[in-house]
Amino acid sequence: MKRFLYELSESWKIAVAQMRSNMTRSTLTALGVIIGIVAVTLMGTAIGGIQVGFDKSMAIFGDDVLYVGQWPWKNVDDWWNYRDRKKIKTEYADGLNRMIAMTPNSNLAIAIPTSSVYRSVKYMDSAVNNVLIRGTVSDYIITSTFDFKEGRFFNELESRGGANVCVIGYDVADALFPSASPIDKSVLINGQPFKVVGVISRQGSFLGLFSLDSIVVIPLPAFQKYFTAKSEAEILVKVKDKKKLADAKDELAGLMRHVRGLPPEKKDDFSINEQQALKSTLDPIKNSIAVAGLFITGLSLFVGAIGIMNITFVSVKERTKEIGTRKALGARRRTILLQFLIESTALCLLGGIIGLTFAFLMCFLIGVAFPSFPIHFSTELVLVSMLVSVLTGLISGFAPAWSASRLDPVTALRYE
Amino acid sequence: MMGARDSIRPVGPVVIDIENITKDYVMGEEIVHALRGVSLRIHRNEYIAIMGPSGSGKSTLMNMVGCLDTPTSGRYGFNGRNVAEMDDDELAAIRNREIGFVFQTFNLLPRANTLRNVELPLIYAGIDPETRQERATQTLIDVGLGDRLHHKPNELSGGQRQRVAIARALVNRPSIILADEPTGNLDSKTGEEIMSLFEDLYRRGNTIILVTHEADIARHARRTVRLRDGLIESDDLMTVPELESMALT
Repeated sequence: MKRFLYELSESWKIAVAQMRSNMTRSTLTALGVIIGIVAVTLMGTAIGGIQVGFDKSMAIFGDDVLYVGQWPWKNVDDWWNYRDRKKIKTEYADGLNRMIAMTPNSNLAIAIPTSSVYRSVKYMDSAVNNVLIRGTVSDYIITSTFDFKEGRFFNELESRGGANVCVIGYDVADALFPSASPIDKSVLINGQPFKVVGVISRQGSFLGLFSLDSIVVIPLPAFQKYFTAKSEAEILVKVKDKKKLADAKDELAGLMRHVRGLPPEKKDDFSINEQQALKSTLDPIKNSIAVAGLFITGLSLFVGAIGIMNITFVSVKERTKEIGTRKALGARRRTILLQFLIESTALCLLGGIIGLTFAFLMCFLIGVAFPSFPIHFSTELVLVSMLVSVLTGLISGFAPAWSASRLDPVTALRYE
Repeated sequence: MMGARDSIRPVGPVVIDIENITKDYVMGEEIVHALRGVSLRIHRNEYIAIMGPSGSGKSTLMNMVGCLDTPTSGRYGFNGRNVAEMDDDELAAIRNREIGFVFQTFNLLPRANTLRNVELPLIYAGIDPETRQERATQTLIDVGLGDRLHHKPNELSGGQRQRVAIARALVNRPSIILADEPTGNLDSKTGEEIMSLFEDLYRRGNTIILVTHEADIARHARRTVRLRDGLIESDDLMTVPELESMALT
């Protein structure tokens, strides 16, 4: 054991001396690994970022809320079967809530009607286009995950009375009121004035596709008064216990059939959606991005590994006589194998550390330049890339080191 | 004037006992019989020169004696152990502990200083760093290089390099010192210095095997074995007048 440690430290000293004396060669060879590690690390960071962003986006839907709508949240091959379904109406929420109240031990807590359109929002000379205008009731706040930057949500009185009040998203507030507080100011939607009572704090975007902050929430009666009442509705139903989501879903399906007056032989003509369903649709996409990305960047690391292997072969060839001398002095096969493995590993580790430093700096710069881009540089990633460097060194160094360890001492000593 | 040490017949225990060994090489289509049945017995504290023209099997015999290679047939006893049947790692251990090599081209590690070069066999023997340094330093002092411990080989003269190599060969206190043309890359004056170092080592009780084709160098040995065509042609002990003339110089 002790002897093994001495050999190890000896090999390490030789490796460092070797790298020093062949500075240019070592640097160029390590460059392959540096590029490989930078690529893999950045890709890992990006994938981690996508993962974090994805989870964040998903969290907005809440894992204890069911969404009743006309369309399911997944790709369907038979879209025509869904197209002719009866529209979902906001009134269903009242019917559902009555039934929930009457059911003992119901798994459902509350049903919230929502209805949405896209409109422009104006204040003085400024305007924001394509804002999601959502009409709902005061209890909407129960199903939501957002916080308030300032102000409050509209109360039950305002909700029932259909008062001209609104809660605006971060982007809308930012665009219309860049310097002042929007609270108690009136914005114009469809030419109608709505008094701002609250501003939702920044939510970010959904998978980076569309902003969740370009929204205005108003009381449902006001929505139906000023906008088309026929616009598509969605009922949000909060469940009591998210562990019993499946039971809750079944119960909700039963209630919806009742509300719709469906006879038993007919199939459901509505869809009950949940976060999980969306996740299972998007997960494969996310995973294939991850696999493809890592594969492509892995190729660059592979090229780096070939460089290491090549240089180790050269090193073995050049030092054939030295290997012979070492064998004559009592180096065993294992010693020689270890020596060259450590050399290739040291080179890869050096490349890995430099590459990781570069990757870290680049991540930092990207983070500064594009704050919205989800960057996720974890300790785990550092450990994994170090491990990958070491493994690359061991794997690429093995063939040359093996051939060195098998050299016949007589032939090696005679080599010029 | 002639003590036990200088008696012509070797009296120490047998270190090397080679019995009828042969070595065949395959060169392309042909089989080369480099050794055709060589028997040789070397005692402790002998000073022996192995001579022969190139192609005589001299190098092959040296590789066998040095445990760098194993014979095709025959028996090779080293301190009573049969080397012919050892595997690579066992041979490495024998080379490490029992044999000190001195090469014509010195074969020092170019990037390691004198001390580290001499420490190398001790590292392979698994000796701790302090003992290693102590022993390597002492051995270097013994060969007259106490003031060159931290020099790199390229900062030393040829003679000094060969002294480093000799120190490296001695440092593990081997049973034999096997020197292959040790003066081949040195001028004659430096060569003589190295030969007197060997003489000194011999007088201190070491067993020295010299492989050379130069009669001048072989003359320093007390016994000369000549090879021709893979067989021992002659095995001569130094005569008393020769010994006496040597003692005078």
